[in-house]
Amino acid sequence: MSEGNSEARQGSMEVFFNGLVKENPTFVLALGMCPTLAVTTSAINGLGMGLTTTAVLVLSNAIISLLRHIIPNRVRIPAFIVIVASFVTMVELLLEGFIPSLYSALGLYIPLIVVNCIILGRAESFASKNPVIPSIFDGLGMGLGFTVALTAIGAVRELLGAGELFGIPVINNVLGMFTTVEYVPISIFVLAPGAFFVLAALTALQNRVKRKMQEKGQNVDKIQSGCSSDCASCSDSGCAHRFVDVDGAPGSVADAKANKKEG
Amino acid sequence: MEKMLKVSSNPHIRSKDTTSRIMQYVVIALLPATIFGIFNFGLHALLLVITTVVTTVLTEYIYDRCMKKKISIGDFSAAVTGLLLALNLPPKAPLWIGVIGGVFAIIVVKMLFGGLGQNFMNPALGARCFLIISFTSIMTNFDCDAYTGATPLAAIKTGEGAPELLDMIIGRTSGTIGETSMIALLIGAAFLLAMKVIDLRVPGAYILSFAVFIILFGGHGLDVNYILSQLAGGGLMLGAFFMATDYVTRPVTKNGQYVFGIFLGIMTGIFRIFGPSAEGVSYAIILGNLLVPLIEKVTKPVAFGKKKSKKEAV
Repeated sequence: MSEGNSEARQGSMEVFFNGLVKENPTFVLALGMCPTLAVTTSAINGLGMGLTTTAVLVLSNAIISLLRHIIPNRVRIPAFIVIVASFVTMVELLLEGFIPSLYSALGLYIPLIVVNCIILGRAESFASKNPVIPSIFDGLGMGLGFTVALTAIGAVRELLGAGELFGIPVINNVLGMFTTVEYVPISIFVLAPGAFFVLAALTALQNRVKRKMQEKGQNVDKIQSGCSSDCASCSDSGCAHRFVDVDGAPGSVADAKANKKEG
Repeated sequence: MEKMLKVSSNPHIRSKDTTSRIMQYVVIALLPATIFGIFNFGLHALLLVITTVVTTVLTEYIYDRCMKKKISIGDFSAAVTGLLLALNLPPKAPLWIGVIGGVFAIIVVKMLFGGLGQNFMNPALGARCFLIISFTSIMTNFDCDAYTGATPLAAIKTGEGAPELLDMIIGRTSGTIGETSMIALLIGAAFLLAMKVIDLRVPGAYILSFAVFIILFGGHGLDVNYILSQLAGGGLMLGAFFMATDYVTRPVTKNGQYVFGIFLGIMTGIFRIFGPSAEGVSYAIILGNLLVPLIEKVTKPVAFGKKKSKKEAV
């Protein structure tokens, strides 16, 4: 496996900020939509989910990167899932033991981290072909990008839908300083439709900021190709080709080209 | 003479109907119900109607200005949306409910999808459902100076018994501003039918299929009094004649319009009889709106001179 590709040559900090801003898993890559929409009913839930995922992502990226020469190509997905699942189990037990309130708030979505697109996507498209240190920073950047996004969505939904922020009734506190008017929560925002409204609005805002920055001449293009743009593409064309290409496994693009030449 | 000989590309025959003219007819047709609602529920209802209409028109104007688009408020569609939304609000709802609903209807449901003609659901109904989900207690509180207590449909649902049938047909019951008076709504509908702005396909199929559903599943059989109270008691007339017939969100094919109407009738019946709440017109129409592309696909007519092949039919 060649490690002289462009990603490996980037500095660790660049990889880190790539995940945090330029390739934000939620707003740019649109990965991991299930927990994004389901658990962000409040800022604290979003933060908890984001940090939990970050912990799993960093650890699994590190281990997968370490084992990248040992794992046979054909069974790589099951191998990744076993590694991820072990870390998720550890994190789940830790949460249950030390932060039971968050554990009960996140509920089913903690075990579901195993099948989170972000974790498998990063394992497939980054950790399995890069050295350990960049992989750790990639996991950290992607995880924190996810955390920031989830916390932002959760904060907006909680603020509009309940008038609170991290459980503090900020809107009523502010209003109480000037008037006696009470805020009437728009409860649709803590329900399922609100998740879509807020996600769409924040993504649009993010795109606008990005465009403004581009107009000013700053480089905010994606560093990587759009290979990990969604879960489905992990196994088909984009990533798989690149991945398989390197190892020259049967049925790969390289093979197909070779066959053509022979024919 | 010179004018008549002028040769141009088609269309050669033009009708006077424009979007703004049709929308003005709809506004005129809604006036009886609006005036009756204001007369019935008092000054606050008038303020609510004005606030909502001003909000929708102003929102569309500001959106067009900000997005540097052609100002589209001249087609009166924003005013119709505002009026329909106001008629769907409880008479004592605070004014800011109308403002939030109006902004939501215009920006989220209508303009973000591309403005008039592109919206996938009726903006007024989308906003009404947004408000019902968000502010349930305000949107289901129909107490006002003139009437206290449940709406006719809620009274039927809980078994209290409906008010006098005559009161329901005239509109002397509690309910949203525009839905109570069957007479006023039918006058408006007759005007729209006479002006050929709407036809009877959607409302006819809707009301008939709903009546059949009520006879079959309502548990009262052919009790005329019960059927009429179901027809007159809620938002059915307002929904069937003024919102289900919205050009943008109903199917364009004729057969599709019948299918659409029957679907609405069945869904309204299911919501009213088997659902937890007493009313279901708005949710039924929104669900129907979402199915319109599928209905149109299935009921696409065969072009003249072409045989309907089995492959196409499926």
